[in-house]
Amino acid sequence: MTQVLFKNRHPDRIATLEEYRAGGGYEALTAVLSEYPRAKVQQLALDAVLLGRGGAGFPAGKKWMTVAESAPFPRYMVCNADEMEPGTFKDRVLIHTDPHQIIEGMIIVGYSVMAERGIIFIRASYENAARILEREIERARAAGFLGPNILGSGFSMEISVHRSAGRYICGENTAQINAIQGKRATPIQPPPYATEKGIWNLPTVTHNVETLACVPHIIQNGPEWFRNLAAHPDAAGTKLYCVSGRVQHPGCFELPMGTRLSDIIDIHAGGMTPGCTFKTCLPGGASTRFLPKSLYDIEMDFDSMKKAGHRLGTGSVIVFDEKTCLVGATLNMMEFFARESCGWCTPCREGLPYMRDILARIEAGDGKPADIPLLRQMSRYVWNAYCALAPGAASPVESLLTYFEDEVQAHIRQHRCPFS
Amino acid sequence: MIPDDFRQLLARRIAGVEHPREKIMDVVFMIQDKFGYLSDELLEDAAGLLKMTPLEVEEIATFYEFIYRRPVGGHVIHVCDGVVCWMSGHASILDHLRGRLGIDFGETTPDGRFTLLPTCCIGYCDRSPAMMIDRKVYGKLTPERIDEILEKLGLDTEGDSDDTGSL
Ligand SMILES: Cc1cc2nc3c(=O)[nH]c(=O)nc-3n(C[C@H](O)[C@H](O)[C@H](O)COP(=O)(O)O)c2cc1C
Ligand code: SF4
Repeated sequence: MTQVLFKNRHPDRIATLEEYRAGGGYEALTAVLSEYPRAKVQQLALDAVLLGRGGAGFPAGKKWMTVAESAPFPRYMVCNADEMEPGTFKDRVLIHTDPHQIIEGMIIVGYSVMAERGIIFIRASYENAARILEREIERARAAGFLGPNILGSGFSMEISVHRSAGRYICGENTAQINAIQGKRATPIQPPPYATEKGIWNLPTVTHNVETLACVPHIIQNGPEWFRNLAAHPDAAGTKLYCVSGRVQHPGCFELPMGTRLSDIIDIHAGGMTPGCTFKTCLPGGASTRFLPKSLYDIEMDFDSMKKAGHRLGTGSVIVFDEKTCLVGATLNMMEFFARESCGWCTPCREGLPYMRDILARIEAGDGKPADIPLLRQMSRYVWNAYCALAPGAASPVESLLTYFEDEVQAHIRQHRCPFS
Repeated sequence: MIPDDFRQLLARRIAGVEHPREKIMDVVFMIQDKFGYLSDELLEDAAGLLKMTPLEVEEIATFYEFIYRRPVGGHVIHVCDGVVCWMSGHASILDHLRGRLGIDFGETTPDGRFTLLPTCCIGYCDRSPAMMIDRKVYGKLTPERIDEILEKLGLDTEGDSDDTGSL
């Protein structure tokens, strides 16, 4: 299996700057700064079909192209290391593996949009990762890759680490922009888009950690090479899949984009925990839909998932077995979403706790048959919310009712949780 | 009141920044590291330094999980209640902690050493069940491992986060 982002992965230590450079690290940056027009960098990402790994899958090159040539300065390049989607831990592993590819990616993207201010936004539980990044930023600076007039190119860039204090909504691009400015982190609906007016009304380009880490490799080896890394011609690159829950070997694996779910679980995560049978999984974090067993062989890439009516999300597979109560699991997640709602808009602030209460009632054995259509209706209503948090929160509920209505019915009929 | 030398330390953290309020997290974390929690008085001091109104600081302080507006113990234990930890034994871990400390969520031990709080998925699902103490993460928890960790903290040594760079 070709390892790109994890090629310097060691079980017990972080790759050093020297090691990263010995494997070709910072050569892409050197080439870009000496001979690439900015438009060429953007085109390479576009040709490589680099899709945002933060969950939405938006083409990265296209995002950079929306920063107008005439846009004001200074511009911002933000690396989104908030990673609060339940079940997701790939960015943490990536930072603990080979952090310089993230830094190099930020500088290259920074150059392509002329952003001289880099910010890594990182969640509080990743304090260790934050310290690693601060240390490696200093090393990159000492080696001449950061700071004023990088490698004599005339392009300057600084990167700083912004610590968050724990709130899921801060992972959302526009809420994060507010958080960075020291404002209450509520989302801001476009237009204007952040690439036009972001931090302090200046152009701001935000990317997930994994997206940025792909960039130096694309420059170094070309878009065709990158596309060919995938499992089939309609996907591109590799993907960091996280697997957790009822499997033998939970972990983060770099595999071709579009690898089948069955291979991810059976081969790479070592199969199910002994004595457990697969019931379902959330394929891309808590804000994706439960996947029915009939889709166990699905190809895990943005397009294939979408065609099947699902979302790849962060590619973080949470595996549930036959003995785990899905009403209980959904209640746990709705508890999370209700607590993490930023409170800005009513459908989410009021709707999510209401859905949580109905689920709690069903789980406690006090559910009524009418609760099922009510939950269905609520799952639709919350799509009226201001940002994508609430529709994401409704995904487990809606798919629970679609694929596992029997299980919900059993709770209501037996007036108790059949699993307890 | 913030002692003068500490105020200067905070001022240096903000110095030269175009928009001081960008540094609110750093300032609050520094205050908490020193004083444990953000009291009303400290909040007002922080607001002055950041050129914000106390209300603006309050608006942010109450937004986040790891900013404490009430007194906490010397060590704050946040138990992960994410869905993966829920599946892999969160309830029994919590029972054990409650039993050992004799407190429930939101409470502090009478000797002021430990506070128990929940937290959402902390991104260590490959090592669940997990918890976080003083911003260090401890995974693959068992009752025995919890006892070890508590003992070490009780002896007032640093926590041995199992994430010192390795995977
Ligand atoms: C509620 C919510 C939480 C999000 N959390 C994250 C996150 O933790 N990390 C991340 O990279 N993107 C997160 N996103 C997606 C970001 O808004 C944004 O699309 C992404 O950072 C862009 O980077 P990409 O194009 O490289 O994927 C979140 C979105 C929503 C709606
Ligand atoms: S959907 Fe929820 S998180 Fe998003 S703006 Fe509304 S209240 Fe805030």
